[in-house]
Amino acid sequence: MRKIAVLAAVGAATVCLALAQGKSPIIGLITKTESNPFFVKMKEGASKEAARLGAKFISAAGKQDGDNAGQVAAIENMVAAGAQTILITPSDSKAIVPAIKKAQAAGVQVIALDSPTEPADAVDALYATDNFKAGVLIGEYAAAQLKGKTLKIAMLDLFPGHPVGIARHNGFLAGLGADNIDADTPDLASTPQVVCSQDTFGDQAKGQTAMENCLQKNPDINVVYTINEPAAAGAFQALKAAKKTAAIFSVDGGCEGVRNVDKGVIVATSQQYPLKMAALGVAAGVKYAKTGVKAKGYVDTGVTLIAKKALAGIGSKDVKFGLANCWGN
Amino acid sequence: MENIIFEARGLVKRYGQVTALDGTDFSLRAGEILAVIGDNGAGKSSLIKALSGATIPDSGDIFLDGKPVKFRSPIDARHHGIETVYQDLAVAPAMTIAENLFLGREILRPGLLAKLFRVIDHKKMLEEATQHMQGLKIGIRSMSQAVETLSGGQRQGVAVARSAAFAQHVVIMDEPTAALGVKEGNMVLDLIRRVRENGLPVIIISHNMPHVFEIADRIHIQRLGKRAAVVDPKKLSMSDTVAIMTGAMRTEDIPTEMLA
Amino acid sequence: MSNPTARSETKNWLEKLPSVSVLGPLMALLLSIAFFATQHPNFFTLTNSALITSQVMVVAVLAIGQTLIILTAGIDLSCGMVMALSTMVMTKMAVDFGLPAPLTLLLGLLVSTGFGFLNGLLITVLKLPPFIVTLGTLNIAFAIMQIYTQAQTITVSDENSILLFFKQDISFAGITIGYGAGIALTLFLFTLGSWALSNTAPGRHLYAVGNNPEAARLTGIPTQRVLLLVYTLAGFIYGIAGWLSISRYGIGNPNAGSTENLDTITAVVLGGTSLFGGRGLLIGTIIGALISGVFRSGLTLMGARAEVQILITGILVIVAVAVDQLSKGKNSR
Repeated sequence: MRKIAVLAAVGAATVCLALAQGKSPIIGLITKTESNPFFVKMKEGASKEAARLGAKFISAAGKQDGDNAGQVAAIENMVAAGAQTILITPSDSKAIVPAIKKAQAAGVQVIALDSPTEPADAVDALYATDNFKAGVLIGEYAAAQLKGKTLKIAMLDLFPGHPVGIARHNGFLAGLGADNIDADTPDLASTPQVVCSQDTFGDQAKGQTAMENCLQKNPDINVVYTINEPAAAGAFQALKAAKKTAAIFSVDGGCEGVRNVDKGVIVATSQQYPLKMAALGVAAGVKYAKTGVKAKGYVDTGVTLIAKKALAGIGSKDVKFGLANCWGN
Repeated sequence: MENIIFEARGLVKRYGQVTALDGTDFSLRAGEILAVIGDNGAGKSSLIKALSGATIPDSGDIFLDGKPVKFRSPIDARHHGIETVYQDLAVAPAMTIAENLFLGREILRPGLLAKLFRVIDHKKMLEEATQHMQGLKIGIRSMSQAVETLSGGQRQGVAVARSAAFAQHVVIMDEPTAALGVKEGNMVLDLIRRVRENGLPVIIISHNMPHVFEIADRIHIQRLGKRAAVVDPKKLSMSDTVAIMTGAMRTEDIPTEMLA
Repeated sequence: MSNPTARSETKNWLEKLPSVSVLGPLMALLLSIAFFATQHPNFFTLTNSALITSQVMVVAVLAIGQTLIILTAGIDLSCGMVMALSTMVMTKMAVDFGLPAPLTLLLGLLVSTGFGFLNGLLITVLKLPPFIVTLGTLNIAFAIMQIYTQAQTITVSDENSILLFFKQDISFAGITIGYGAGIALTLFLFTLGSWALSNTAPGRHLYAVGNNPEAARLTGIPTQRVLLLVYTLAGFIYGIAGWLSISRYGIGNPNAGSTENLDTITAVVLGGTSLFGGRGLLIGTIIGALISGVFRSGLTLMGARAEVQILITGILVIVAVAVDQLSKGKNSR
């Protein structure tokens, strides 16, 4: 504890020094993993934006999704390195909070990107997709497309307890017309139409296994919600191997995912914009370094429904738009 | 002169400041049981290690059948026909008796492919194991049971049988009756006699004086890194032997007719 | 020995059983199958049985390597990551660099075998403990993979690629077994491995090295060479598992590899093989892997939470290790 306090003090001193001398500000980005193309893109964007604005950019990541200890260490190291602003995509929305508080006590501005903390006001600001809305958009599309059919839904979720997973999941069911579910529903909700729920950890292979088991449970599944596009690709593999078809819906809007929309693997996906999150975060960091004014509150970085086929009454963009704005390769 | 088949002259082994072997001599005659005794630190186990290839002496010579030999490892010694039974029962307890008898020397099936993949002939190994154990009158019913199901004496029997089966020249046994009860110890002594009857000379290291006097043809007494004397247990008493071993009786005081 | 005839009769009968160590796991597997069969009509069907087998086959094949190593009283934490790295070598070189798939397959196998050889060298030459060595190579393989792939999943789109060879279904008498080729390969490898372990001299030496290394050395078995060979062979097997994984999922997956080490150890332990080395049968490992798969499938069909499966697996592992420990105590007495 004492060591951290000392570190924090040193960090605070460094920040003051940097502010006073008008040196190029240091902005740190901590992602969930190094590996996910979403974060790779976010890092690229932040790095470019920092270079453009004359800030020094450093980055770190947890070892895998859910690695809170790795992110805590990254925050401590960045404070020690003299970062004035830390941008973070929290792996564990609650467990990261004490470390964020310590960094803030050392005078560091902390902004969450992509995922909120719990409580949300633990960070100075949040630049993220409205994940509930992302779910609602694909849910509404599914309702319009499959109108009149008896829905048998498989829900391929992230992992237990993650707010992003809960928001997308509940948004999808709300968009399908479940009126007892809203953005404040705290846990994964269910409706009679849902015949199978499985965790995928956002991984393609685990998504495939999850879908295979769901098909054993109920071979008549005709709608598949997936937490992200790798999980959707896995679900498609499982359906193909079982010689079945179902409408797959997803969230992310990565380039591979948009191409899968074009191929008909995914019916519709909600595209989000990591570049925008990164750019906003870096700009806020530079502003803080120059003026000492911290960013505040939640900024929705937008979400767009991408579908191959436009449906009446549903505002969707086509694959061409999706590919022009996608991330990854 | 008796037919000496295994001999060492002037063996020296030092471990740092400690001199374990200080120019010791050793000789083993054909068809005898030679006991090696000595107080702790007398260099008894260093001598045995040098003879079985477990350590390499700093200087001195070893002769087998009159020819000089140098052992670089226990495996090397074994290639020269010297088999050792180790005190800590060097068997694989989870494996069968037959497998333990032939461990590292499995009988392979005939045929080119079988030789290439080293396919074991389980049936032949079982048969030979049974035959061999019967030859030594070791009463174990099934060769396909795991060694760990045997009593301590029976396990020692397996270890002795393994050495006797493959030794061409000499069998060395390190404390073969230690950790055994009276009945089992006697069983192993009988077994050692049968090994001698089959024509193999045996070197036995033991702390157990009654056992040594019961079984040995000659006794090599090791003291202060040297061979103090070789005595005849039928002529010299047990207490005098111990006296030489501990230094209470000087070598020069031993009547010549007691030496062997 | 008081009543030799009666006792030898029973003993003879017992000795003819394959090994008591596999009986417990087999009973556990059969009981869990029987239980789930009563819970859901879709559980005990040919399709679902084939599906469960195909879901565990990658871990099962990896666990062949792990079994060989645990039989020598070692452990390999790097197995999953080495496999993942080999799948990335196989897929990225073929898909992104356009090299012929048979060549990239060989390169992938070479990489995994090389890692096994490296593990073996560090353990035999530098005498480092296997736990530490493979913990190190686990991280090395992970880092190389991340740098080399930028963590991009590689999809094998050429359906006829040799990399997807084991995805083929096998049909006979109107029944189709999904991923039948992969299942067949898995069963073949287990059969071959079991045969070699009990019927060849190197196979028995492996047991001897694990059971009593000193005794093995003194009987002239080149224990260090046996260990080096075992780790290298295990590396090769991880490459085969990688090939199987590409066939199974159609991708080179850079997110794979971090949990398979514990999954394989779980399968080995559930299969009744002793972590102290020298005791156990390869056939137990596939039973252990199937137990995990049966619980995952059965609990999904019952609609139970995913954590329940993890909970039950945890309990089974402790039971299996406790049985191992108790029987070891009994034997050494």
